[in-house]
Amino acid sequence: MLSLSRIHAIFRKEIWQLARDRITFAMIVMIPLVQLMLFGYAINTDVRHVPAALVDQSSSSAARQFVADVQASQAVRFVPDFTDISKAKAALTAGKVHAILVIPADFNRRLDERRRGGGRAIAQWITDGSDPMLGNAVNALRQMPLPQLSPTHREAALPPSALFEVVNFYNPERRTAVNIVPGLIAVILTMTMILFTSAAIVREREQGNMEFLINTPIRPLELMLGKILPYIAIGLLQVAIILGLGHALFAVPLPEQWLSLWLVTLLFILASLTLGLLISTKAQTQLQAMQLTVFILLPSILLSGFMFPYVAMPKPAQYIAELLPATHYVRLVRAVVLRDAHWTALLNDIMVLAAFIVVGMTLATLQFRKRLD
Amino acid sequence: MLAIDVQGMSRRFGDYLAVNQLDLQIPAGCIYGFLGPNGCGKSTSIRMLTGLLTPTSGSIQVLGLELPRQADLLRQRIGYMTQKFSLYDNLTVVENLEFVAGIYQLARRDRPVRIRQLLDLYQLEDKRQVRAGSLSGGQKQRLALAAATMHQPALLFLDEPTSAVDPENRREFWERLFDLSDAGTTILVSTHYMDEAERCHRLAILERGEKRADGSPADLMAQMAADVYEVSGPDLRQLRQQVLRWPQIMSAAQIGQSLRLLVYKSAGWGLSLLQQQLGPAYLVEPVRPSLEDVFVERTS
Repeated sequence: MLSLSRIHAIFRKEIWQLARDRITFAMIVMIPLVQLMLFGYAINTDVRHVPAALVDQSSSSAARQFVADVQASQAVRFVPDFTDISKAKAALTAGKVHAILVIPADFNRRLDERRRGGGRAIAQWITDGSDPMLGNAVNALRQMPLPQLSPTHREAALPPSALFEVVNFYNPERRTAVNIVPGLIAVILTMTMILFTSAAIVREREQGNMEFLINTPIRPLELMLGKILPYIAIGLLQVAIILGLGHALFAVPLPEQWLSLWLVTLLFILASLTLGLLISTKAQTQLQAMQLTVFILLPSILLSGFMFPYVAMPKPAQYIAELLPATHYVRLVRAVVLRDAHWTALLNDIMVLAAFIVVGMTLATLQFRKRLD
Repeated sequence: MLAIDVQGMSRRFGDYLAVNQLDLQIPAGCIYGFLGPNGCGKSTSIRMLTGLLTPTSGSIQVLGLELPRQADLLRQRIGYMTQKFSLYDNLTVVENLEFVAGIYQLARRDRPVRIRQLLDLYQLEDKRQVRAGSLSGGQKQRLALAAATMHQPALLFLDEPTSAVDPENRREFWERLFDLSDAGTTILVSTHYMDEAERCHRLAILERGEKRADGSPADLMAQMAADVYEVSGPDLRQLRQQVLRWPQIMSAAQIGQSLRLLVYKSAGWGLSLLQQQLGPAYLVEPVRPSLEDVFVERTS
């Protein structure tokens, strides 16, 4: 039989200690704040203003007009002229520019041919392919309509009709922050929840409190529960901070399915806390606990779908990702916040998180023995 | 009635035999001491008696419960005071006691009364809002004893309780232990201090996992197989080297200005014979044996 009195005693003690520990207390609020600012403003996959070099070998007015059109697309920003292709290439190597636009000497003739339906390109882009994201931004310029040089050519300049029509069902403006902020909840909760609890049991051991505790009637499960309960409230507080600020600063929509959000978040918090406890029963020192936390945190950021789409990852990486609670939560929270999904539509990931909690808690309780032998 | 009844308790760690065939009969209400050097098996024995360690062999009954099978039941009935302060430094005195009251499931309405009693008894009333980390050694130790006795256990284990405490606080602490004993609590103290061991009703001298003696300090002193003399005179260091070669001498140790000699009773040397052997340059005085003499006798 579990004793509520003992769970309550541990719970209250954790709250008292937490309230005294200013650094931890500051981290609870500062980690979400700083990370939200950092990721919300800095991570942007809509690439604009790629610095580019221009090598104009034709020096015609048509070419100048063409360059102005390219610049108007905002995809690239031309840095002052390079008359010579070799100088432009040197700038590319040095990283001063990421693309070179070469306008050939026979630009006017190519342009005329093109208008009559010819297939030759009118100019050439040389891109620094080492960063695919920048390369893609330049690649997209291939779809640019033909320069409209004089009114007589208007008709010919009409773009060919597209093969597909694409409709953005959610996030019509295609803003990155909308996708980043809910995923950020997963990263921040992984970081703080695992960090706090992974130190929880180790700290008692390091500071000698465990010697007293193991001689009292406290049961392992009571100790575990008492220790994680305060952090549930902290986790929920952090979610409120991230979503509230995300809404205020980045216009991330607030979910309509509050209950679903609450449910999936609670599950994820519990799963992370369980993971932390599991680390705590294994680690011998707080430093080890910290290192193990980073070991979990890094794949949680990289593989969970927060940074890179899950579907784009190779199979083995997907299998690893499936083992991380963060992966399931990233899916769940994006569904609930961005697509207003109801939890009943997301049972798969919910079941996985629930199973994770039960298995983890059982393991942690078994790991923690009151016997010394 | 016996509070602790142990027969043939042994514990092995790999090749190392930490406790060897220990028999203990500790009557209820007694203050019982484990005296021995570090590594003699004191801590291992206490851990087996609290159910933290499983003995390799032997039977253990504590407060009528069979260990380690009924260890969970025992925990509610024993108190344990660790050698190192093991309450929470960043909690106040009162918070620590409230925590302990919760852990031992004291009824909620009884807690304030019990805590006030303990604060009063252990003179911590004016420190109630002070964090445990900033208490003095003596105050910390009183707080630890208050915590260990929160639930009024029938049996109290104290692991080298006064190692971090000055003599005055040690006296005061022992007064509290006698109060507890008077109220019927059985107390088991491990120590390597002779003066502390001397205060126990009964004690066991342990060495290398084995019990070398068991009885009241007075009995142990009376049963000594040696007479004790104090010798003063010139060149005590040299004299010590010399007498240690005599088979009649069990031990010789310098204490300040004199040499303390343990002479085998079986040697049949009285005071005069010893004086003859030492010569007129030395002053020889027979003295009462101390517990340290007993300890030396039993462990040499």
